[in-house]
Amino acid sequence: MEIDPFIFRLSIFILSIFIGYYVVWSVTPSLHTPLMSVTNAISSVIIVGAIIAGLAGSTDNVFTISNILGFLAISLAAINIFGGFLVTQRMLQMYKKKKKDK
Amino acid sequence: MSANLSAIFYLASGVLFILALRGLSSPETSRQGNFFGILGMAIAITVTFLSVGSFSSGLIYVLIFLLVGGLIGAFIAYKIPMTAMPELVAGFHSLVGLSAVFVAISAFLNPEAFNLGSVGAIKLASLIEMSIGAAVGAITFSGSIIAFLKLQGIMSGSPITFKGQHFLNALLLISILIFTYLLCSSQSSNFFWILIAVSFLIGFLLIIPIGGADMPVVISMLNSYSGWAAAGIGFTLENTALIITGALVGSSGAILSYIMCKGMNRSFFNVILGGFGATEQSASTGNKEQRPVKSGNAEDAAFLMKNASSVIIVPGYGMAVAQAQHALREMVDKLKKNDIKVTYAIHPVAGRMPGHMNVLLAEANVPYDEVFELEEINNDFANADVAFVIGANDVTNPIAKTDPQSPIYGMPVLDVEKCKSVLFVKRSLSPGYAGIDNELFYKDNTLMLFADAKKMTEDITKNL
Repeated sequence: MEIDPFIFRLSIFILSIFIGYYVVWSVTPSLHTPLMSVTNAISSVIIVGAIIAGLAGSTDNVFTISNILGFLAISLAAINIFGGFLVTQRMLQMYKKKKKDK
Repeated sequence: MSANLSAIFYLASGVLFILALRGLSSPETSRQGNFFGILGMAIAITVTFLSVGSFSSGLIYVLIFLLVGGLIGAFIAYKIPMTAMPELVAGFHSLVGLSAVFVAISAFLNPEAFNLGSVGAIKLASLIEMSIGAAVGAITFSGSIIAFLKLQGIMSGSPITFKGQHFLNALLLISILIFTYLLCSSQSSNFFWILIAVSFLIGFLLIIPIGGADMPVVISMLNSYSGWAAAGIGFTLENTALIITGALVGSSGAILSYIMCKGMNRSFFNVILGGFGATEQSASTGNKEQRPVKSGNAEDAAFLMKNASSVIIVPGYGMAVAQAQHALREMVDKLKKNDIKVTYAIHPVAGRMPGHMNVLLAEANVPYDEVFELEEINNDFANADVAFVIGANDVTNPIAKTDPQSPIYGMPVLDVEKCKSVLFVKRSLSPGYAGIDNELFYKDNTLMLFADAKKMTEDITKNL
């Protein structure tokens, strides 16, 4: 009997939850705000669905509702991706150690 | 590009996202982690373009919208002040939610493009996954908008409650299940629209009863939801990168919510059901017995600190509101010149989001190895000469340890009262968020400094 591919995806999902659990517990509390902004950025990988939706359909009509929703979703996700990674970068650059030149 | 090859690349970007979170275990590795995240995203986007292969004339619009969104995002990221980080994160969550809804609708209207069957005959599993993605996305969207409005101050931070609220929410949640079932059995698009509309309503109703100081829990929870929404869409699109990311973000938000709830000694449900602080406020105005407090000015504070050998600073949301972090840092610089040891103590729920105070202190160039969490520093208060409380209140209230009747009883608090003297910067004697008097105000070793946090800190610096 063949195993439904859904089961494989479910396995990936469940194992990823466990990975997330252990990885996030090891995040230092002082970096919890950057953690939120970076998770924001990476969850916008949803843009792959938006791109598929935007590129779908025939050449003569690229403005079906499905396409337009795809375009809008691309913009929203792109705001998040660029905004999220850049603001995280900006925050992380501020975290400095004590200077030892006393 | 073959489906197998692109699946491997999606897996690679999923792994890079894990490394991105892993990097945050210490500030040194965090920047590298962020780079991994960017790389993972770049891979995922490139592979998607390549796997679609035959480009319709839609490509140009896809690129335009990508560029416009990217520019807006980059602009926001550079302009946003660090004190506005909670609002920004809430706003970003709403975008993830809305794009999940859009992608789900798009897939529903044009299932062929996603290999999900045809209109009216969408695969059952896909329909369920789509419904979950769309519903959770819609809840995330409207919930985050409310959180954003509350944090931004456009909407009052006080909880909005009405009779039968929880019953209505429960009813709506059950109706979502029913509509999903009807959608699957009839394939009728009407049920899909109703499902999404009800989900928007739930997100709205879920967040309005939650008060301002519970925002750390709400933001973390919405963070988690945005992850589950992404995972739902990931199952629909059969995309590994999305499934892995959704699971990571979902569990990350859940853990943060848990940490925040523990920081307040309240159960998750207690926070979500909301209304906290609304009833106590009216009660506290009733028994207004005036108790004597000692209040002082900047000179007294400067004198106390000059003669101390160690000072612990306790920042809270008030510091963020007054934008006092830079002034604070200047004061600390002067203290350090006099060979006074200065450290910072951060309560887990100080501020409006997890890690809020740490970011603000980092912005003011405070080295992160001078900043300590509650468990690390709580024993040091007994040996410190001065505790400087700036903008924090409830998290220092000793009543949480002594009075089982108090609403904050059992909440872990900073043992500020054990210091030889306590300087408490506050605008007035009004109770904090929880609506309870702070015992600390009336202690013999407490000196109240009634002023704006920033102004007072600057005045103290002048007198040092």
